[in-house]
Amino acid sequence: MTTTDSLVDRPATSPAFQPISGGRKTKNLFATVLVTLAFLLALVPLGWLLVTVVVNGFEAITTSTWWSHSLKGVMPDEVNGGVYHAIYGSVIQSLICAIIAVPVGIFTAIYLVEYGRGKLAKTVTFMVDILSGVPSIVAALFIFALWITAFGFPKSALAVSFALVLLMLPVVVRSTEEMLRLVPDQLREASYALGVPKWKTIVRVVLPTAMSGMVTGVMLAIARVMGETAPVLVLVGYSRSINFDAFDGNMASLPLLIMNELMNPEAAGQLRVWGAALTLILLVMLFNLVAALVSRFSAVRSK
Amino acid sequence: MNNRDVTKSRPGAPVPSGGQGETPMIGAMSNDPPEPPARTLGEAEGAASRRRADLIFRWLATGSGIAVVLSIALIGIFLLIQSVPSLAANKASFLFSAEFLTTDPANLRFGIRDLLAVTVLSSAFALLLAMPVALGIALFLTHYAPAGLRRPLAYVIDVLAAVPSIVYGLWGFLVLGPALVPFAEWLNQSLSWFPLFATGNVSIAGGGTIFTAGIVLAIMILPIITALTRDAFRQTPARHIEGALALGATRWEMIRTTVLPFGRSAYVGASMLGLGRALGETVAVLIILRTSASASGFSLFDGGYTFASKIASAASEFSQPLPTGAYIAAGLVLFVLTFVVNAIGRAIAGEKVRG
Repeated sequence: MTTTDSLVDRPATSPAFQPISGGRKTKNLFATVLVTLAFLLALVPLGWLLVTVVVNGFEAITTSTWWSHSLKGVMPDEVNGGVYHAIYGSVIQSLICAIIAVPVGIFTAIYLVEYGRGKLAKTVTFMVDILSGVPSIVAALFIFALWITAFGFPKSALAVSFALVLLMLPVVVRSTEEMLRLVPDQLREASYALGVPKWKTIVRVVLPTAMSGMVTGVMLAIARVMGETAPVLVLVGYSRSINFDAFDGNMASLPLLIMNELMNPEAAGQLRVWGAALTLILLVMLFNLVAALVSRFSAVRSK
Repeated sequence: MNNRDVTKSRPGAPVPSGGQGETPMIGAMSNDPPEPPARTLGEAEGAASRRRADLIFRWLATGSGIAVVLSIALIGIFLLIQSVPSLAANKASFLFSAEFLTTDPANLRFGIRDLLAVTVLSSAFALLLAMPVALGIALFLTHYAPAGLRRPLAYVIDVLAAVPSIVYGLWGFLVLGPALVPFAEWLNQSLSWFPLFATGNVSIAGGGTIFTAGIVLAIMILPIITALTRDAFRQTPARHIEGALALGATRWEMIRTTVLPFGRSAYVGASMLGLGRALGETVAVLIILRTSASASGFSLFDGGYTFASKIASAASEFSQPLPTGAYIAAGLVLFVLTFVVNAIGRAIAGEKVRG
């Protein structure tokens, strides 16, 4: 570097760090404003929607019979009755769905993380991705074609649960897979080194380590399927009274009740629509909250 | 597992249901922990039962994986089988007819032209609205929001995804639609020369237009595009970001030169997945869109049915096989459409998008 000396010796004509030019500053500011606006823009519908539902639904859910009665014998224009039959339906359909989807989903995730190699694993991964994109109405049509048309079973809450399984499965597989991959390999290797067979390693070491994350994922998956409307429209009839039997007969659920009360022109119908919408949101939020609590109190320590 | 009867039966270990594919798994066997050499009879028995337990567990896992693959195949096969008789009995062109008359099984006339037009138009409009906003939110949540607030703010956006679609439908139909009417009328009056804003086949004053439905769909697909894009942006190598900043780049220049090129494929892929969601959205569209007697004119102020809302609207009348098959055929088209869009989205996004 021969020129360095002379350059250093010469008095500086301009500072080494140039100030940022006005155009660049403007662009930067413009981008900041746009990006912030985009975020604020998304908050508008969220706030608007939640406020609308709470304001309109509050009156209904605070009536004395809302949580403890069904709509059996309640006239369309009568402000009375409640939705416990629909809450029962929504919860039981989701739970039956979870009973089927959770084991299959967890085993699929175990396959992908612990066993899967080669073509089959790639296919399974791809198909899980595709399954997560299958519209709920297509899942409902498929169960209709399989369970009701081909096998000849009647419409029932069970058929709804089957359709929900297809929608829940990819969510469970994804979240479980993610959690299993966080379990450090040292734990598995330590277990193998002690002579523990692979299946016992998975059951006793890998799954417990990942358990809290898996429970969170399952809760979120239940919350997701609980609000699904397309399967209940196609696969089960509406009932205004309670039906405890998931294998037979019509059964209400919150989305189905909303769809039916929407056709009720009376003010009482409107009230029930918003009340049921608020109840559904509260139910979904409850499962989300449980999921958040579970993941807060115990998380996989990956490092 | 029980120890008694297993010493010789290992090759015949039970295979759970769904297991047709034995071959692909052979290669993975080497991954097992090595079996300790048998010394006494008791230990040999123990080892054999272990092998059997391992095999059962492996087959349960593999069988579940195969069940997932089979379920997708079954969806396609069953929809196809049950739509073929109706397609054969169809007296109108399935692809190019706008009619959907299924009341008389002896004279089925159904076509998907208008369903396809409304589905594609509403979803494309939703995507057009959602893409820039989602990009902005993803950037805000990764590079602009104060570090301590990023998680809670991201959670707020996730709440949008937790709201059931029927609630979006209610809100769009009873609140947003009426609120948008003045704006929609203004658009229609001042820009009616532009085909998308031409007067459609339903009244704008009712609010039940593709315009309203598209905006609601945009809100509904915002969280998924945002979440996947955000994850990709967050993976931008810190060296790139720090390098750009060290060279004197402003925050925007840093994003333009490092974050956006790195996350572009994930962003496009995530948008395709969002499009897939919009195409298949059922109940929100069913509640919002008004029906119309006249055919679709490819205007945002049209009403009508999408594939999904058409099927859902007729769901209570599924009784006779032939008319039902007409709707199943529409469902098959929707399934293929979303399959293709999702597959393309995954292919573009590659490994960066999982969710």
